[in-house]
Amino acid sequence: MSFSSFPCTMRVSVCVSLKQRNLEGYVGFANLPNQVYRKSVKRGFEFTLMVVGESGLGKSTLINSLFLTDLYSKDYPGPSQRIKKTVQVEQSKVLIKEGGVQLTLTIVDTPGFGDAVDNSNCWQPVINYIDSKCEDFLNAESRVNRRSMPDNRVHCCLYFIAPSGHGLKPLDIEFMKRLHDKVNVIPLIAKADTLTPEECQLFKKQIMKEIQEHKIKIYEFPDTEDDDDNKLIRKIKEKMPLAVVGSNVVIEVNGKKVRGRQYPWGVAEVENGEHCDFTVLRNMLIRTHMQDLKDVTNNVHYENYRSKKLAAVTCNGVDTSKTKGQLTKSPLAQMEEERREHVMKMKKMEAEMEQVFEMKVKEKKQKLKDSEAELERRHEQMKRNLEAQYKELEEKRRVFEEEKANWEAQQRILEQQKLDASKTMEKNKKKGKIF
Amino acid sequence: NSHNSSGGSTLLGYIGIDTIIEQMRKKTMKTGFDFNIMVVGHSGLGKSTLVNTLFKSHVSRKSAGWARDEKIPKTVEIKAVSHVIEEGGVKMKLTVVDTPGFGDQINNDNCWEPISKYINEQYEKFLKEEVNITRKKRIPDTRVHCCIYFISPTGHFLRQLDTEFMKRLSHSVNIIPVIAKADTMTLEERQEFKQRVRKELEVSGIEFYPQKEFDEDMEDKSDNDKIREAMPFAVVGSDKEYQVNGKRVLGRKTAWGIVEVENPNHCEFAQLRDFLIRSHLQDLKEVTHNIHYETYRAKRLNENGGLRDEPALPLTLYRLLF
Repeated sequence: MSFSSFPCTMRVSVCVSLKQRNLEGYVGFANLPNQVYRKSVKRGFEFTLMVVGESGLGKSTLINSLFLTDLYSKDYPGPSQRIKKTVQVEQSKVLIKEGGVQLTLTIVDTPGFGDAVDNSNCWQPVINYIDSKCEDFLNAESRVNRRSMPDNRVHCCLYFIAPSGHGLKPLDIEFMKRLHDKVNVIPLIAKADTLTPEECQLFKKQIMKEIQEHKIKIYEFPDTEDDDDNKLIRKIKEKMPLAVVGSNVVIEVNGKKVRGRQYPWGVAEVENGEHCDFTVLRNMLIRTHMQDLKDVTNNVHYENYRSKKLAAVTCNGVDTSKTKGQLTKSPLAQMEEERREHVMKMKKMEAEMEQVFEMKVKEKKQKLKDSEAELERRHEQMKRNLEAQYKELEEKRRVFEEEKANWEAQQRILEQQKLDASKTMEKNKKKGKIF
Repeated sequence: NSHNSSGGSTLLGYIGIDTIIEQMRKKTMKTGFDFNIMVVGHSGLGKSTLVNTLFKSHVSRKSAGWARDEKIPKTVEIKAVSHVIEEGGVKMKLTVVDTPGFGDQINNDNCWEPISKYINEQYEKFLKEEVNITRKKRIPDTRVHCCIYFISPTGHFLRQLDTEFMKRLSHSVNIIPVIAKADTMTLEERQEFKQRVRKELEVSGIEFYPQKEFDEDMEDKSDNDKIREAMPFAVVGSDKEYQVNGKRVLGRKTAWGIVEVENPNHCEFAQLRDFLIRSHLQDLKEVTHNIHYETYRAKRLNENGGLRDEPALPLTLYRLLF
């Protein structure tokens, strides 16, 4: 903020014309998208997908089906095959190459979610994981050397709803409410081959109603300018939440090889749009909206996290809910506000200290008075004690004197008697009475 | 010839003792009988549908005019609905006890307690009637004869809640575990899951009905062994009918085929129904009365002090005398 140091004679005039001009020759920046494309392809892409749901809802199978790999195979069984006592968060990375483009896919699984008898706070490990990844990114962004910034933030969270046919469970509602502003939540109906088409429709309506009731913000598909795309997007929105079936087993149906599940009464085809919404999910997730998911994560969820985190750090002690509105003002205004607040705080502290001081003085005075009174009392008492003792001693002395006088008197009498006795003895001796 | 020979004495003519079976039958038909069945499992597993399918009529709580999308209750509730159904001249008063709210909360600790309390309350009611000085001719029997526990078809393992519930209640009521919504799994997945569930039940020491210790003779044992091998039954329920190969069958219509409920190749509903209703209905009642109820009664009377080996005096008389 040191513009005042610039010489005031310098004037800058900026003139912006917004009319679109026609070029008079070929310049060549129409090639820009290709350059961006080539650069991105060289860099490769990253995508982190989180799957959450109770065990046995087909999460691992769906991941395998979506990416046509065996992320969870017989030798490395998925986390859901192992019983967990507490909720764990496990991540596995896989590198997928297709047509020269390489994708580093990270799958985050949450075994143990919703499996215990008491499932309170089973969402906490998930929230902690998401926050820790955002924090890592924040730290990497704030570093001086930012050459390699790996993006491990969770871009999308697929939440699996059990196909009960009734509605959402309390656990589903709690989880989605707590995570809808931290990550893109896409609810899915798992094992959709359990439901008949009518049941599925009713179930979807019920779920959407409950989602709206509880004001859960699930991932919304953005509108594009293209009309055709918009029609598609509207169709997808009508089908939410998507009812999916997963399978990597290839079965032959009418001479065609399809992926599906073989039942005695028929084959449920995974990629058949009339059987389930798997193709919709795959197209949406991978082919059309992967970049948008990453953008929303970056621009909305991550920014939310960042502003919350930084506001808590810079205005320590001040209520963070106040600072949320202040972050939209300019830094100068913010500084003014802060200064004013600081001054007010100082004044308040001063007043408080004065008050405290006065109170302390009063207290001390009172104490001193009390101790004075106490001392006086004691003094009086001691005096009285002394007098009493003195009197006692006097009394004793008198008694003693009396005794002494008595004793002396007695002694004299005894002596006198002795003298008399010896005198008579002598007399008797003289008289010859003693032999 | 008044001595008893173990082989039985040969009769010299037709007496007519075997008509007693016919007499019993006539009596039973006149009085009818009670059957109380309880269904336990978390919401959405098709409990009400299965009960309707079993008794081929709308006897569950859902048909008694309660809405399909009612909210999940905050605590476990016990709702009993009774109907009288008749077949072939035999009347049955069927009571279906439903337990909405079981296992649906976030924290499901002790959600089995209301159920355990209900079962014991029914035993208590019966005990009070039995111990009265003037007893009713036919004590109304509200004791739970059979508890069908619905296992969620995850395909992996039993949930912790399942083992907790069954462990605690297998000694006070007959528990029949079934795998609900079996059309979720292919046949191989079903077999694997069943085996895993059976092993877990064994390891946890859960004795489901038919319990091994109550097999009376070799015939019973072999019959029951076969049933025990096939349990838990993987069932599908439906109360809608569709046309398949010219026949009308109960089923579920999906985009890739119709699941026939009574087709043994599709699911084991028919086996469950035969087992529950056609062969073991009376046995369920007997085990409940002779074993579970007696256990409860002995415990209660012991609590009241030392009536162990004596014939039970009516409690009121006992209190009067002592």
